[in-house]
Amino acid sequence: MQRPEQRDEVEMLALMLLIRRFEERASQQYQAQKIGGFCHLYIGQEAVVTGAVAAVRNDDYIITAYRDHAHALARGTSADACMAELFGRATGCSLGLGGSMHFFDRKNHLYGGHAIVGAHVPLAAGMAFASKYRGEDRVTLCFFGDGAINQGSFHEALNLIALYKLPVVLICENNLFAMGTSVKRSTSLKQIVDRAEGYDIPGEIVDGMNFREVRDKLSEIVGSIRKDPHPAFIEIRTYRYRGHSMSDPASYRTKEELEKYRLDDPITRLRAQLTREGKLTNEQFDQLDKKAKETVIASVKFAESSPELPVEDVYKYVYVDGAVETERPGPARAEQQRREGAPAPSKEGA
Amino acid sequence: MREITYRQALNEALAEELERDPNVFLMGEEVAEYHGAYKVSQGLLERFGPTRIIDTPISENGFAGLGIGAAMVGLRPIIEFMTFSFSLVAFDQVVNNAPNMFMMSGGQFNIPITFRGPNGPAHQLGATHSHATENLYASVPGLKVCTPATPRDAKGLLKTAVRDDNPVLVLEAELLYSSKGMVEPPDEELLIPLGQAEVKREGSDASIICYAQTVPLALTVAAQLEEEDISAEIVDLRSIKPLDERAIFDSIVKTHRAVIVEQDRPFCGVGAEICYRVQKNIFDELDAPILRVSQEDVPVPYNEKLEKFVLPNADKLMAAVKKVCYA
Repeated sequence: MQRPEQRDEVEMLALMLLIRRFEERASQQYQAQKIGGFCHLYIGQEAVVTGAVAAVRNDDYIITAYRDHAHALARGTSADACMAELFGRATGCSLGLGGSMHFFDRKNHLYGGHAIVGAHVPLAAGMAFASKYRGEDRVTLCFFGDGAINQGSFHEALNLIALYKLPVVLICENNLFAMGTSVKRSTSLKQIVDRAEGYDIPGEIVDGMNFREVRDKLSEIVGSIRKDPHPAFIEIRTYRYRGHSMSDPASYRTKEELEKYRLDDPITRLRAQLTREGKLTNEQFDQLDKKAKETVIASVKFAESSPELPVEDVYKYVYVDGAVETERPGPARAEQQRREGAPAPSKEGA
Repeated sequence: MREITYRQALNEALAEELERDPNVFLMGEEVAEYHGAYKVSQGLLERFGPTRIIDTPISENGFAGLGIGAAMVGLRPIIEFMTFSFSLVAFDQVVNNAPNMFMMSGGQFNIPITFRGPNGPAHQLGATHSHATENLYASVPGLKVCTPATPRDAKGLLKTAVRDDNPVLVLEAELLYSSKGMVEPPDEELLIPLGQAEVKREGSDASIICYAQTVPLALTVAAQLEEEDISAEIVDLRSIKPLDERAIFDSIVKTHRAVIVEQDRPFCGVGAEICYRVQKNIFDELDAPILRVSQEDVPVPYNEKLEKFVLPNADKLMAAVKKVCYA
């Protein structure tokens, strides 16, 4: 049952719908070539991040890998800012400078969006280190995929996290495939959660298609960490309905496997639970879905009509104090001086 | 002014910055209980405690990343690499995470972190422990790189690095930790801005552009050249990035001849960038082609004689200066 500190279930169902509809629309816009680069969709995994945010405070730190659209939406980043980021617009959550894999939202405590597999796990250690250093009871949620658990940075970070007893929940979103390589073909363990045991971190397996199970497990863990900082590991078993990225037809798995998971859809499941308990009518559900669809359609319009940063702005985002040492195209200094009549070479880049 | 070692100067810089700002902490291998592999952090654990002076396991990638994460949420980490040769294990963190975050996040997250430790070939450590990393890191937009050669510069640059809101690499000169020099008294704040070269010796016939371990080498060679009536001006870059172009140009405008003596390798080395900028901006001022003295383009060998041959040395520098002077 929902606890008082947990977020409203109907609201969370609406969030799952928003994520699903957003990703569907992103897929469509990607195919229409409105979105560049790589684009990794979260469809099928919605219960993982919604279950997690339902159990934590807004000021807890969240950091994730490149399949990050849902984490931003779950954190409260608007669909407008997310879609605009995919479109590379200045109104995007990273001003269009990060793209699909690099969503950031400082205000909502989303610390990226990181695209080198496993490289953000040490960052999570640092964020949690800072919380402990300052004596705060904040918890860091670090999401990563099953592909990350074989990276050196992951192992180094887990050892540091365990050694320094840092308040991190390591959340492995096990969708069974690292790109096209199944866990069986990549990992020497029978189950991923056993990685945690190697670092003396308590680990558990959670059904990632069940929103309530994810939320309640997170609530329990986070509550315990707030009292006494320590790490925890959960392997959340989930499934992505789409390929690894937009360019992947996912020919490495069977239709039957996909159908099996679709029948266990996390949105359908929460809807059924709520309907059965008399907390949601079909009309209300349709209303939520309609609203989600409208929101994402509006986000496309917003993104399309948003401006891009002017090209000269690239130099603003290299150093925070604006000290730029970039070799820029243009005339040689002597020529420039002759033109401008300036006496001495200045210290700025040539 | 008083005379202290390069090592003491760095130690003072660390202590003063730790004292000044509670968000500053020092982390790395052997920095606490062992007092630093090169004793740079001597006494800091006793003074600031284990919360702020933190020993790590041998996990450069892990603790470099930890520092970056802590910097994202407001701390100001000083991460020590036992040598910058080992920073290559953390290359992904130093190159991909620290300097990219500000751009990738649309300016939301700057990374106020200092990476420091000895850099450059030392004495007979073999190829894996002899890397000069300045050209690698200076080529990455978003990083700043400084290379102090004297105790005063070491103290002033490190303190500035810790206060900088960007990722800064302080590449200490491994062979100079015990060298001595005059430094302001401890109660006098010493901050040296990044991107300001210093003329360590005035001269009129040729400019020797140098930094870090090549500065004492250049000074020795300049003294020898004086006996042969060649007056060399020594320009110590102090920072590789930002690069003080103006100081380089000013010196060459005066001498019309230049030799760059660098610790790194010739291919895509620091000197290559300087040559490009000089010819682009003050081509007409040159009376001779610029020469570079660097490592040979080979991994550093262990054998003492061979190592000496591979590294920039006085004979090579002397010959190069004479050549640009047509002497």
